[in-house]
Amino acid sequence: MELLVAAAIGTLTAGGVYLILRLRSFPVILGLSLLSYAVNLFIFSAGRLAPGKTPIITKGVTDYTDPLPQALVLTAIVISFGMTAVLVLIAIGAHLGAGHDRTGMEDPPGPAAGEPAADGQEAGR
Amino acid sequence: MMGHWIILPVVLPAILAGITVLAARHDLIMQRSLSLAGTAGFLAVALWLVLHADQPEAYRLGNWPAPFGIVLVLDGLSALMLVLLGAVALPVLLYVIGTEWDTRGQHFHALYLFQLMGLGGAFLTGDAFNLFVFFEVLLIASYGLMIHGGGEVRLRAGLQYVVVNLVGSTLFLFALATIYALTGTLNMADLAGKWAALPAGDQALARAAAAMLLLVFAVKGALVPLQFWLPGTYANAPGPVAALFAIMTKVGAYAVIRLGTLVFDQGPTAGMWQALLIPAALATLAVGAIGVLGARGLARQAAFAAIGSMGVVFLAVGAMTPAATAAALYYMIHSTLAGAALFLLADLVTDRRGTDRLDIARPPMAQGGLIAGLFMAAAIAMAGMPPLSGFLGKMLVLQALSVQAALVWTAVLLASFLTILGFARAGSALFWKAHASGEEAEAHRAEPLSFVALGLVLAGLAALTLAAGPVTGWLEHVAAALHAPEAYITANTLGERG
Repeated sequence: MELLVAAAIGTLTAGGVYLILRLRSFPVILGLSLLSYAVNLFIFSAGRLAPGKTPIITKGVTDYTDPLPQALVLTAIVISFGMTAVLVLIAIGAHLGAGHDRTGMEDPPGPAAGEPAADGQEAGR
Repeated sequence: MMGHWIILPVVLPAILAGITVLAARHDLIMQRSLSLAGTAGFLAVALWLVLHADQPEAYRLGNWPAPFGIVLVLDGLSALMLVLLGAVALPVLLYVIGTEWDTRGQHFHALYLFQLMGLGGAFLTGDAFNLFVFFEVLLIASYGLMIHGGGEVRLRAGLQYVVVNLVGSTLFLFALATIYALTGTLNMADLAGKWAALPAGDQALARAAAAMLLLVFAVKGALVPLQFWLPGTYANAPGPVAALFAIMTKVGAYAVIRLGTLVFDQGPTAGMWQALLIPAALATLAVGAIGVLGARGLARQAAFAAIGSMGVVFLAVGAMTPAATAAALYYMIHSTLAGAALFLLADLVTDRRGTDRLDIARPPMAQGGLIAGLFMAAAIAMAGMPPLSGFLGKMLVLQALSVQAALVWTAVLLASFLTILGFARAGSALFWKAHASGEEAEAHRAEPLSFVALGLVLAGLAALTLAAGPVTGWLEHVAAALHAPEAYITANTLGERG
């Protein structure tokens, strides 16, 4: 199971980093979401992988798992959720204002290298 | 004993911000009064705390004992940062009201108070995960402030700012989870005790975690090579918001000082941050100075000056000796005030001239003589020329780093020279060449309150210069306590029942 969790975290991180390096805001937001999934799993595994054990003191139970990483993950999930919402709103505002969703500050004359051709909204500028 | 006073810098702005959003959202006068009361109250509490912070004191949230519960710890450094924050925030708020920046969008005052809450919490907390939470609070408020007033260019700059900081936050979480997996605690005082005793097999992971944390603080503190987000953000943010952000970079420096002296300068990571900080700080200094010389707009120039000043701060922080830390703290106070003054000036100039670009010729601006004089004072302070506190701050830093005189002195003095050149060029382009056109200045509102606000910031610099003796004496005391953190650790009363 360690291998599976580690591979999942690694794959999510790699995908997230790749998407963040794209030049358009939509893939960047997706990449940040993937990264936050990766880090949530990572925090969870910081308390060691212990399936089937209870985190909260219960009568008749002697074998516990660490509850703190679960609380930390909850905090991290809530924060990344809120941040993603803010980011999406800012990205929509920037997209509507600029007519395209490139993340750079300069306006290139044509489609950026390695990017798909301009979409309909851009043709309408 | 300070008791419940310690949590007031977090609770006071939080409550007032809530009232501002809920009860005063359509009433500008009410919003302004609440926000002024909150900021002035924040400064008053901070001043009260600094007078009583001779010994570190912990405040247990919910009375849970550390390290199981979260503690806020007030010591000299926290109190100093709180006072600095209040001393910048109050004039900036007066400026916002004077220029009516708060009418260009909604909820400015609520966001401003939330920003104070996040910054105050980050300076007070004694728990590493709680530090992350307060970072997020101050960041989410700063996202709102950064795009205040809207506009396509500002939104796009804001998008970059948010993305960079979200990546930083993710990295922060990775680092914290690694540290928790290694030590089983995130209370800073508890970490200080456990870090040196890590088994040999965990030391590589410990170094990786410390390096990740330093990267996070380098993003916040605009340390090269992670400074690239700052010029675009600060130059496109509303002027007074950029002035408040002058203290945001110092949050990175604060975190490096706090965790560097308390936790990470021992065991597996002894000397590691120093080795990484010094070259990065030298590069930051160079990038800042060259940027000031080459920037095409005044706001951008102020942003690069802020980067350069972080170079000096991190240079002194990286030495990790009590004398150098005291010098870093003095220079940090100075550069926050000087940076805020420059950003406010850039906003005054943009407002009257229509643009802050140096290469676009415009007729003379209204109140040009007064603004030119204030610009001269701010530029002298930022570049580190006598008689203002920048000179004293740089002297202290150079004195503390005299061991590496050949490299460090050359770099600092050369960077100061380039900064002087850059500001001299900006001043002549903005204030002298304007008269060549022979046109008359366009009329503009007088805005006395804005000038009072700017004058207050510059008066702070003058006071810092005049009171340099007592201030450095107190800072040496604070720095000595940072480098011998036993009192800070015992204040947490680890493992005792409440």
